Amino acid sequence: MPRKLTPPVVTAESKAFFDAARAGKFMVPVCTACGKTHWYPRAICPFCTSDKVEWHAASGRGTIYTFSVMRRVKEPYAIAHVTLAEGPTMLTNIVDCDLDTLAIGQAVRIVFQETENGPPVPMFKPV
Amino acid sequence: MTIKGKAYIAGVFEHPTRLAPDKSVAQLHAEVALGALADAGLTRDDVDGYFCSGDAPGPGPASMAEYMNLKLRNVDSTEIGGASYTLLAAHAAEAIALGKCDVALVTLAGRPRSEGMATGTAPRPRDPNQPEAGWEAPYAITTANGYAMCAMRHMYEYGTTSAQLAWVKVAASHHAQHNPHAMLPEVVTVEDVVNSPLIADPLHRLDCCVISDGGGALVIVRPEIAKKLKRPLVKIIGAGEAVKHLTGGTFDLTVSGAARAGPMAFAEAGVSPADIKYASIYDSFTITVIIQLEDLGFCAKGAGGKFVADGNLISGVGKLPFNTDGGGLCNNHPANRGSMTKVIEAVRQLRGEAHPVVQVKNCDLALAQGTGFQLATRHGSATLIMERE
Repeated sequence: MPRKLTPPVVTAESKAFFDAARAGKFMVPVCTACGKTHWYPRAICPFCTSDKVEWHAASGRGTIYTFSVMRRVKEPYAIAHVTLAEGPTMLTNIVDCDLDTLAIGQAVRIVFQETENGPPVPMFKPV
Repeated sequence: MTIKGKAYIAGVFEHPTRLAPDKSVAQLHAEVALGALADAGLTRDDVDGYFCSGDAPGPGPASMAEYMNLKLRNVDSTEIGGASYTLLAAHAAEAIALGKCDVALVTLAGRPRSEGMATGTAPRPRDPNQPEAGWEAPYAITTANGYAMCAMRHMYEYGTTSAQLAWVKVAASHHAQHNPHAMLPEVVTVEDVVNSPLIADPLHRLDCCVISDGGGALVIVRPEIAKKLKRPLVKIIGAGEAVKHLTGGTFDLTVSGAARAGPMAFAEAGVSPADIKYASIYDSFTITVIIQLEDLGFCAKGAGGKFVADGNLISGVGKLPFNTDGGGLCNNHPANRGSMTKVIEAVRQLRGEAHPVVQVKNCDLALAQGTGFQLATRHGSATLIMERE
């Protein structure tokens, strides 16, 4: 039984992402001025300050940059930073796995997880 | 423009309490303020600058200024978490250097222990307008598992071991045994640390700092005032500050903001890491110390684990005596904010007033380093270098 997830705050900047998430699509922000993908998503590109940021469908593939299994709670869980195939590294959880077998560099893929009374959020599970 | 030699730390006070169920936070702030003023030989009425951070009750400095009935001409309430006090000491020196105040008071106090706060293992509440809130809150990042991710990556890249992390705690415990106020005065071994329960892989319970009530204060003054007082002269000679964040999703979690703050402070002071006789290094967790020591240049990036091993941080034993009060790992972590006590112990060392067993001989140059907020996402870093005159 996975732990209950705090729903994300949805803002004017993030609404499109979470609308897509409800349809099972994982989108990433791509700046058409500098061509870079950033995370977390913003209306203003953090690399070049352009506002020409668009949502692009992402592959949903990534690798674990680092992680930690929180032990001192009722339901242990794995916090992680995952480096997306598209470039940026994002904070997330690793789920649907044996927490004792996780490793840095491990390949993972997207799996949306339901939150309490909110939109689903992107998490990852080992490939 | 430099702060070098423009301001002196004339008074310091660390509240002796570690559990204060019968006091208010404002009361603790006032008690440490009066303690530091008495230490300097000054009074409340001498204060014309007040510097506080997010632990001071009320937004900004106004509520505490009123509670203590201060008459001020300069205030600053910069919030960079636990690193705020090494930063505020420097900001006070800047204000003094510019003639904006003569006697600056810096206070810290809090009661997380009395309030039963799960400091490290539960997510902290955040303002929904924080732009990252929706991208982080669902994942339950906490203080402990965030710093643990930094440790995990450091181990992966550099081969750092749990036993090396443990040496930081072992050194702190060797110092804490001489501190009658320390929460954890027992000497521990590497085995004790690595056999303590895992909190968040790879950090064990004894890799984590204590949760304590209490506080501390500094009184920072113009040189002319310092020289009229009876206390040993401790001069601020350099400072640096930085905010490090995730840079749009491209980052290295084995590096902290100290990699930028530290060199600024050394450049202003005109000294190098090899010159430092004593270092107070913020020790929210053992890994925090290793990463900051590397970033400050006490050893190469990745060599921190080897550097701290075998007692190298123990006063009288190793090359770099650190946190001779026992630090946050063993002594005190008031308000979950560690850099105030870091400055206070550095001043004790420079005055020759540390416990005789841990006092560094001829300690004329010391550094205090803070890291605040979350090392695995965004944090503040502030370095302060002080000299005995």
